[in-house]
Amino acid sequence: MTLRAPIGRVRGLGSAKNGVGHYWAQRLTAVALVPLLIWFVLSVVSHVGASYESIHAWLASPCTAALLVALIIAAFHHAQLGVQVVIEDYVSTESTKLVSIIAVKFAAVILGVFCVVAVLRTAVVGG
Amino acid sequence: MTSRTRPLSPHLQIYRLPLLAIMSITHRATGVALALGTLLLAYWLGAAAYGPKAYATAAAVIGSPIGLLLLFGWTVALYYHLCNGIRHLVWDIGRGFEIPAAYASGRLVLVATVVLTVVTWAIGLSI
Repeated sequence: MTLRAPIGRVRGLGSAKNGVGHYWAQRLTAVALVPLLIWFVLSVVSHVGASYESIHAWLASPCTAALLVALIIAAFHHAQLGVQVVIEDYVSTESTKLVSIIAVKFAAVILGVFCVVAVLRTAVVGG
Repeated sequence: MTSRTRPLSPHLQIYRLPLLAIMSITHRATGVALALGTLLLAYWLGAAAYGPKAYATAAAVIGSPIGLLLLFGWTVALYYHLCNGIRHLVWDIGRGFEIPAAYASGRLVLVATVVLTVVTWAIGLSI
């Protein structure tokens, strides 16, 4: 039996006050990814079988590097938001859920930062 | 004792999921697959940053039969998630919720996924 009033239970268990933020970020990154991915796939397809030099020249162009960094940030942010929802839906044990979500977020940050560093290094340092 | 005909929840091993339900869970599955597929992107960008030797190795790995199979799955998942994601964005602005419209957009997504995948690989393999 609980002595808490219904309003108290709602305050304790209700909105975490960032659901809209999560939803909105998921949609904004989705909208950003549509043109970025079309550009990326077209670029990659046009470089099939290209030499290291031509790939390097493509990556080293400021426009390519800027778009790629934007793509990486949007993609990893979108991916970790999505996987978070999947975990929240299917993992019911609170501790496992929390640990999995933290692991996914850390992995997304590390991989995303690695990709950005790789792009910037290729763009800045000569081949 | 009178038995009441209550609605039953779908028994997933017997119940034949309608197209819309299959497409919904496929959106999630391709999303998770793409999140894992970022490893391929990180590998490729990292190889380009490490230099010509690393890039040659990565190109050989990705160009191997298993690499190409992974890349093919990556393209299918990407195109499906991209097209179906646009469908979700249209739903998010409150359009296309009627059942016939949802089926029509669903079929459009499936056709677009196949066409885009075939065209991408036809161009990629012919270069």
